[in-house]
Amino acid sequence: MISASGTVAFSFLRLVRTLSFVLGSVAFCLLASSSLAQVTSDRLLNSSKEPQNWLLYSGDYAGHRYSALDQINAKNAAQLVPKWVYQTMAGGKFETTPLVVDGVLYGTGPDDRAFALDARSGRPIWQYQRALPADVRPCCGRVNRGFAILGDKVFMGTLDSHVIALDAKTGNVVWDVTAVDYTKGYSFTLAPLAIKGMILVGISGGEYGIRGFIDAYDADTGERKWRFHTIPGPGEPGHDTWEGDSWKIGGSPAWITGTYDPETNTSFWTTGNPSPSNRGIGRAGDNLYADSLLALDPDTGKLKWYFQFTRHDEHDYDATQVPVIIDDGDKKLIAQADRNGFFYVLDRATGKLISATAYAKVSWSKERDSEGRPIPSQDASPTPDGNRVCPGAAGATNWMSPTYDPQTKLFYVTAREQCDVFSTAPQPYEAGHAYYGSAYFPNEDASPFWGALRALDPHTGKLVWEWKHPSPTWSGVLSTAGGLVFTGDAEGNFIALDATTGKALWHFQCGASVYASPMSFAVDGKQYVAIAAGAALFTFSLP
Amino acid sequence: MCTAIPAHRTLLYLACFLGFLCFPDFPLLGQTRNPYAGDAKVVKLGEYEFRANCAFCHGLGARGGGRGPDLTRTPKKHGDADADLFRTINEGVPGTAMPPNGATQQGVGMTEAEIWQVVTYIRSVEKKPSAATGNPARGRELFYGSAACGTCHMVNGKGGRLGPDLTAAASGRSSKYLIESVRNPNRRLAQGISEAMKEFSQEYETADVVTSDGVKLRGVILNEDSFTVQMLDTREQLHSLDKASLKSFRKSRESLMPAYDEKTLPEKDLDDILAFLGSVNSSGGAR
Repeated sequence: MISASGTVAFSFLRLVRTLSFVLGSVAFCLLASSSLAQVTSDRLLNSSKEPQNWLLYSGDYAGHRYSALDQINAKNAAQLVPKWVYQTMAGGKFETTPLVVDGVLYGTGPDDRAFALDARSGRPIWQYQRALPADVRPCCGRVNRGFAILGDKVFMGTLDSHVIALDAKTGNVVWDVTAVDYTKGYSFTLAPLAIKGMILVGISGGEYGIRGFIDAYDADTGERKWRFHTIPGPGEPGHDTWEGDSWKIGGSPAWITGTYDPETNTSFWTTGNPSPSNRGIGRAGDNLYADSLLALDPDTGKLKWYFQFTRHDEHDYDATQVPVIIDDGDKKLIAQADRNGFFYVLDRATGKLISATAYAKVSWSKERDSEGRPIPSQDASPTPDGNRVCPGAAGATNWMSPTYDPQTKLFYVTAREQCDVFSTAPQPYEAGHAYYGSAYFPNEDASPFWGALRALDPHTGKLVWEWKHPSPTWSGVLSTAGGLVFTGDAEGNFIALDATTGKALWHFQCGASVYASPMSFAVDGKQYVAIAAGAALFTFSLP
Repeated sequence: MCTAIPAHRTLLYLACFLGFLCFPDFPLLGQTRNPYAGDAKVVKLGEYEFRANCAFCHGLGARGGGRGPDLTRTPKKHGDADADLFRTINEGVPGTAMPPNGATQQGVGMTEAEIWQVVTYIRSVEKKPSAATGNPARGRELFYGSAACGTCHMVNGKGGRLGPDLTAAASGRSSKYLIESVRNPNRRLAQGISEAMKEFSQEYETADVVTSDGVKLRGVILNEDSFTVQMLDTREQLHSLDKASLKSFRKSRESLMPAYDEKTLPEKDLDDILAFLGSVNSSGGAR
């Protein structure tokens, strides 16, 4: 009976989607500039040659979130003024990093809306709104972090676990594929990554006892080329790091955009917490590949190597931070300031640890293994009545992007100084329902909590300078060739700092906490810096 | 953009409505009574949801945390009927740190069925209000008289504004919390303004300031960011200050509220003041 009526409801939703698409197209789709050139794979590989554009989530394949534009610089940053503001009128967190291609800005917003704007004026060219089913289960807000672009299409993952391609000129849906059943707690929130004609995405849902994966789709057709399960199945290496059947509901989502090293044809992806997040009883073992960095062959989805940041995690320390590719002389590195409070620098070819240095307060680990990896302390496990552990559940940092500035050779990351009390309790798994096995709450005695933008030297792991935030923030960081870093704070300020000294040179009050990472672009020779805050996308330039 | 695409919206609503019809077990949004009231199994389910979504602020066992009130207390400040609890959870409380369902970084967001499960759980841990031992009428005299609470605190519009407004204090906080706030106010500073998207509320920190022209100010911080401070001096004058222009700016977590020991405020007097606060009807006047 239920399955029969379920089918009716499902068909109806499909009808709704089709109708919405048609109506949306008729009512809202205006023609984009006809001068739009194709974004080829070559252009993505050589993104540094066109700094006026922002072609990838992190600005480039290396995950630097660095702009080579220097019109706005340390000498004139104090003169920055708001240029235009685009209001989505949406509630909730606005986490997008827009893309800019040849004068057109492409962004996504809460509830899977999307828009293309004239990047010079902020005026809409087209707008898209997905008709979502009522029962989508995004864990932490109905958010989306942005598009990937390739050819004449932009690509997004949706809250109901579809991957869709929109015509970059019109916003019309070109293809729409279902990745997985959203009713089990799966969703997409990340910006996809386009590599060699494929669209790579990772799934969200670590709060629902999903089994995580990373997918690649043919950009032209939407056909799935491969799937990498972030929890090995029976017979695969690493499967024995899970107790019993716990692997089936072990989480390990991959909800932040990866990076790509064309030289070795390796795509780097990071994974989130094992489920249930705060209860290790029932999933004894290291729980691979939760909280790990994965080096994948983008052609096949085959694993080259992995590095697990947090073994048998009981504190929700998702490793879903953008892994940053750095060349230090002839050393090929990959760096990650992890949610667990350590700044890791690895050999990019082998995944071997070079250094792990605490960049925020850490109490979950007091010892290292023979390879120098921090390992969890027994006494840090959640208890029935609660156990105070640092960093707290939101981590020493989170999904907001760090930046690597090739000029200063510094790595800048948003750090959160907040400890939480972690408790644990048995909880049966029920498909599609929150599966924490626990609760956590801020440690009142340790308040007030605060944050900082920290400049770290990847060569030594040491702190070079910090800018203190009054409270922990969810803003990412951008560095520019103008000798600047940009970041936002929970109090609503968007701030430009001197990349060398950490001195604040300019700020603007956006009126709402920042839950996004900044980017920069240029149109008609004028450089802009953009940040999403509240329900609006703000841009700034020199007067 | 929902408002700009009415066709989408209507269809979405329709789809939701039909979805509910197809699943007759599913409680309807418009329901005003808890369909699970008293069901022990549902209490457990509600506890899981509570831990995942609510305990971050309201603490384990709903006994109250640093940020959220003790929910074992009755009646609830924002309405005590089942439908009121459902609405408070689903829509949040505007102007407070209580967010709408699913809108925060903490918690996963709940279905209507799960919200009713949480309501069932909260009902299971509620305690009967303990009979007030104090004398509210005498408490009121003390509050505005010799204990001088009213110099800094307001109740239903009467009193000072240097400290937190106490109109709703008793309905939102446990007696233990209130007693601690009087006896040892530095232990945990009271929370001030909450902004819609900001995780942590401003606290009643003390500020000592010397302005560019040498004026010394002392007061509480109403709000603050990296560059500006909005403070109320001890004479209740509002100051808008740019941090960069100040000669000195010192913040302290030593509350301006004096600690009342048993010598200054005997147990009996404190009981009476708590009884007064407990008798306050936040919709106007003392009951």
